[in-house]
Amino acid sequence: MSLSIQTQTVRGAEILVESLVRQGVEYVFGISGGAVIEVCDALYHYKGKIHFVLNRHEQGAAHMCDGFIRASGRPAVCMGTSGPGATNLITGIATAQMDSIPLIALTGQVPSYNIGRDAFQETDAFGLTMPIVKHSYAVRNPYDLPRIIQEGFHIAWTGRPGPVHIDLPRDVSRTPVDLSKVEFPETVQLRGYKPTVRGHPLMVRQAAELIMQAKKPILYIGGGVIASGAAEEVRQLAERCQIPVTYTLMAKGGFPDDHPLCTGMPGMHGTVCANFALHFSDLVICVGARFDDRVTGDLKEFAKGAKKIHIDIDPAEIGKNVKPDVPIVGDAKTVLRQLLELVGPRRHDEWLRQIDHWKAQFPLVYQKGDKIKPQYVMEVLAKVTGKNAIVVADVGQHQMWAAQYYPCHRPRQFLTTGGLGTMGYAFPASLGAKLACPDHLVIAVVGDGGFQMTMSELATAVVYNIPVKVVIINNFYLGMVKQWQDLFFGARYSGVDLEGNPDFAAIAEAFGAVGMRVTEEDDVEGVLRRAIEMEDKVVIVDVHVDPDEHCYPMIPSGRSVKDIIVHPLLREKVKKELERHAA
Amino acid sequence: MASTNGRRQQRLHTLSVLVENRPGVLARVAGLFARRSFNIESLAVSTTDDPSISRMTIVVGGDDDTIEQITKQLNKLIDVIKVHDHTGEEIVERELALLKVNCSMEQRHYVIQLVEIFRASIVDVGASMLTIEITGSSDKIDALMELLRPFGISEVVRTGKVILSRGERST
Repeated sequence: MSLSIQTQTVRGAEILVESLVRQGVEYVFGISGGAVIEVCDALYHYKGKIHFVLNRHEQGAAHMCDGFIRASGRPAVCMGTSGPGATNLITGIATAQMDSIPLIALTGQVPSYNIGRDAFQETDAFGLTMPIVKHSYAVRNPYDLPRIIQEGFHIAWTGRPGPVHIDLPRDVSRTPVDLSKVEFPETVQLRGYKPTVRGHPLMVRQAAELIMQAKKPILYIGGGVIASGAAEEVRQLAERCQIPVTYTLMAKGGFPDDHPLCTGMPGMHGTVCANFALHFSDLVICVGARFDDRVTGDLKEFAKGAKKIHIDIDPAEIGKNVKPDVPIVGDAKTVLRQLLELVGPRRHDEWLRQIDHWKAQFPLVYQKGDKIKPQYVMEVLAKVTGKNAIVVADVGQHQMWAAQYYPCHRPRQFLTTGGLGTMGYAFPASLGAKLACPDHLVIAVVGDGGFQMTMSELATAVVYNIPVKVVIINNFYLGMVKQWQDLFFGARYSGVDLEGNPDFAAIAEAFGAVGMRVTEEDDVEGVLRRAIEMEDKVVIVDVHVDPDEHCYPMIPSGRSVKDIIVHPLLREKVKKELERHAA
Repeated sequence: MASTNGRRQQRLHTLSVLVENRPGVLARVAGLFARRSFNIESLAVSTTDDPSISRMTIVVGGDDDTIEQITKQLNKLIDVIKVHDHTGEEIVERELALLKVNCSMEQRHYVIQLVEIFRASIVDVGASMLTIEITGSSDKIDALMELLRPFGISEVVRTGKVILSRGERST
């Protein structure tokens, strides 16, 4: 076998990087270290074939890698050295696992002969990541590397995608190898891994029958629709059978927000319309979603009058939270195509009139005040970006406001950590997204709390000239927790006051980025426009918003739509509507 | 019908799990049980006639929904080749136990009688103790232990249940 570069000596490290190149990897995000120094050296040899981005913290590297993959659907790798390098990657790997992202995480390890001796920077990385990966490898022999990389990428990217961790002891990467004995396999042999792609024909037929009989159906789509590239099939099914659609946070962009059949996001901070639609429906068609507690609230009350079709590629998701009437194991795109062959046009005029009524009567609302309202910032952001930017949202109130007030119309347009809720995700992920999609405007929407967790990646952004725009919704609090303390803990603020926040604009400037600050509502639009016009600059816009603004609607944890808390402006109307339906 | 709390009846299930004979595979399976709060009653692991494959026989308690979720989660592991729940099937089941029983010279023949009835065997003898080896179903071992308890059982070790399907059917 020959390598795609010329080099004097070939070590395990070169075999590794060669294997990555053959998988189409364009970027490795990470930090060097003793246990990966041969890998770094091999990456030096492979300059031009593969880019090595030096981050400032391994968590940033993992999120950046994640953002690259989510935005593009193309492979990427993150890397850390042994010990702390590996433990710092953990948060990013867990984030990818919860959202089914095919992240490949590579860690160095102390040499095999030192494993178990508590050597310098030794940690059991293989054991640490075991519960948060789809699969993992502890490499023992450099000749295994081509197979392991081939298998690892196959496992990460097929079936229900998920992260794969590869732990590489230093002796494996530094051992010279005899190239004539190295084989790069084109296929994989995994007898314990055969994902089901096509839905069982009988189940699909039953699902089609339920769809044709339903009077008040709703499509409930999740991240699986994005992963499988099934947005077009969802649209076709929705339009042909006139079925309203609600999407989870992970599927935002999987169905256009401005589509007349779109009800918005359901669940804890979802729209009244989406929650009512689920609650009063007679058929829930769940595609690639997992009946997560943030969507369902009280499981006993969730869409209890509805039959349920559950389409998921992961058999373990089916029946985990909700027992469906028709379970279909398979890939979302494939199964929807099978369904489309069986269902004819349907009309649900009365049901859709009801949906339109809810949409019109209970829109997302907020009231302007003396201070800047975060919802207003999102509206302006949508306006000045033509609703066309890739939006990467961090975690907390601003994440929900971004989901509520930034309309999306294509898959992979809205990236956020839905499952793990990892503060600090958005900024580094936005850097990965921008590298993957340089022609798109990429906006990171972050809170003042989350941004401080990974803002050291400003250096990465500036050094590699990755011109993202970061909008800090700065309320000087950990706002979502403060909201809970306001609503359920008698405003006893504990552990939420971010006094001592730095001057973010000055921090940006200190790193060589552009910093801006907005404290008046009238300036919001102008400043955001100015930031976006600086196309080749990293710009941080620090927007000081009303710290007392709450995110509505809100269904308290573990409750049902009957307990929905809406904005005071709508409270009476929603109460009356619920009473009317109860009667 | 759609419901969240299905059949709640708790009972013991015997799962036969074929896995790749690779480092870490036991940790993956054990970790899965721990992580999702599934309780292992017993576990036996060994290689099969194919040295690349190990068989785990896992006895686990739970209602049907729990067992279904355990089976699915096991199947999700890449190193798991096959999972089969043998509950209610025709199987041969065996467990081996070593029991160290306090036993004076005078008591010895009572104990030996019990050992004979159970077709167990005595594998070590001391002045005031006997070590008994017994093979059989878990119930049989439980029964012998009940009868020996009055003499005083000082130590017990049990292998965990292993099973094979009866007849031509593969396990």
